[in-house]
Amino acid sequence: MNFQLPDLTPMIPELLMTALALIVILIDLLIKKKEVIALISIAGVAVVALSLVGSSGITFGGMYISDGYSTFFKLIFFINVILTILISIKYIAVEKVNYGEYYSLILFSTIGMMIMASAGDLIVLYLGLELMALSTYVLAGFIRHDIKSNEAALKYFLLGAFSSAFLLYGISIVYGLTGTTDLKAIASFINERGLTDNFSLLLSVIFLIVAFGFKIAAAPFHMWAPDVYEGAPTSITAFMSVGPKAAGFAVLGRVFMVAFVSVKVDWVAILIPISILTMAVGNIVALSQTNIKRMLAYSSIAHAGYALLGIITANNEGLASMMNYLMIYAFMNIGAFAVIIMLRSEGFKGDSIYDYEGLAKTHPLAAVLMLIFMFSLTGIPPTAGFIGKLYIFMAAINAGYTWLVVIAVIFSAISAYFYLRIIMYMYMKEPKTSVQLSVSPGIALALAITVIAVLVIGVLPSAVINFARIAASGF
Amino acid sequence: MIQQLFFAYFAFAIVIFSLLVVTRKNPVHSVLWMLLLFFHIASLYLFLNAEFMAAIQVIVYAGGILVLFLFVVMLMNIREELLVNKFIGAWPTGLTFAVGLLVVIIMSIKSFIAAPPGIYSIELIKQETHTKALGKLLYTEFLYPFEVTSLILLVAIIGAIVLAKRRLKP
Repeated sequence: MNFQLPDLTPMIPELLMTALALIVILIDLLIKKKEVIALISIAGVAVVALSLVGSSGITFGGMYISDGYSTFFKLIFFINVILTILISIKYIAVEKVNYGEYYSLILFSTIGMMIMASAGDLIVLYLGLELMALSTYVLAGFIRHDIKSNEAALKYFLLGAFSSAFLLYGISIVYGLTGTTDLKAIASFINERGLTDNFSLLLSVIFLIVAFGFKIAAAPFHMWAPDVYEGAPTSITAFMSVGPKAAGFAVLGRVFMVAFVSVKVDWVAILIPISILTMAVGNIVALSQTNIKRMLAYSSIAHAGYALLGIITANNEGLASMMNYLMIYAFMNIGAFAVIIMLRSEGFKGDSIYDYEGLAKTHPLAAVLMLIFMFSLTGIPPTAGFIGKLYIFMAAINAGYTWLVVIAVIFSAISAYFYLRIIMYMYMKEPKTSVQLSVSPGIALALAITVIAVLVIGVLPSAVINFARIAASGF
Repeated sequence: MIQQLFFAYFAFAIVIFSLLVVTRKNPVHSVLWMLLLFFHIASLYLFLNAEFMAAIQVIVYAGGILVLFLFVVMLMNIREELLVNKFIGAWPTGLTFAVGLLVVIIMSIKSFIAAPPGIYSIELIKQETHTKALGKLLYTEFLYPFEVTSLILLVAIIGAIVLAKRRLKP
């Protein structure tokens, strides 16, 4: 029996990332200053990002696919991980959990996301999802002496395990029907055998939607999100609200557009009510939140609803606008969380919206930054959030879902209330408590990157849009 | 017929044992029910002509993981479960949804058509022996998922250490 090692060149980014994560664990033993580990992680991720160039190809018999689609998502994951590490350096010291494992777990979680974005096989997809989720469960409970953090980890773990059960049940039905877990082989088998009207296939599609719905926090599978986002360390909340969500969208797009493309009508019909419900729950419940992390959790649910429109259009243009949206969301959301983290200092939680009263008088720069991110999350020009919404709505209108876009715009208008309320508190109220900002070079850099990205994409969007279009065209 | 009867027994027994595991008040009892559960799952593997998997199931789960569970339960010395007030009140809603889901699953599963079997028939595996067939597949066709699994186990170890060994007080 001769053994041939598969071609490893397409998966160099994953291999380098794994090496980086392992190195970070090991040097944690030697290096006492954890800031150094953070810098090494950032430099390492930058090198991995460079290795993305020219790493396209299919290997391991179609189990691993590296194409424009996966590359774009990996870029989102890298932006996410770098920004998260930047905003974490000071924060985890303030929270007194300054340990090296924090960074390696973030990197492991990112490897899981990369595996998901490149998965051409349902088994690999599941394993990537578990790798991502398992690391995130631990990170959510990283502040062990805080009972809320424990609660967040446990809730996330239990509901995550529950959603994994749905995913596995769905996969097992697909495997029983088609005899394969390869996405392309599933698609051709469904066509050959005429399984398009089969109810068991529909059931497995529903189960997969439930499982991915958990990951992207779409209603009615969003119940975990507010509690977990509130209890987890704020830097991890930022990480979770971008990374796992983008990874969930990556597999949602790949599985449904490749494996289940012939039952498009069915899954679009299921996703439309989910999308409407997600936008409704996210935007309406956010109105009554007084904790800013909870408010952003509901806002993150609502944004999943908008991004779902891109999947519902079920064409390359829709996918491109969805990817573009997630990229923009990464910048504006982590930016908003960076401002929240600045307010957290020794002995001051700073996660109530009333803590923002009069911030413009005491810390004008922080208030301006928050203003820009809130405008962007609402979708007001000239910020990037407007561009993201514009393109996703255009794609949906071109696909003939004008009525759905009308609903989305109405909910978007509702969302202005709770985003702009923060701005109102900052600029029109008198400061009640003196807020101390915990500024550090890392957070300043993260804020600079995010605010520049939000404004530049808002004014000159063509580069990102074209990149997303090219990435989705090879799908 | 006999086969179906046996399968029915094991399937129902597994469901009942799982319920017993989660409802017992004494954790030691739960773990012992779980032991019985693992043996029944091993028997299901035997039905599928997968003797090697059955043996692994008994050795790894019943032998290894369960003993660890027992150790933890005994070390913590919890006789009775902590009693906390129920914070979920809407169990009729849950039950309705669960029954609804069951009905939907039963209705849809009726239209299930099994795919043609793959190349690994019972004869082929008998000829090749289980361990060899499994090992060969794991290290060739399924090498990539196999390696990803190793990462998951590593994260589980790191996570357990992070959550268990760090100081509780700031």
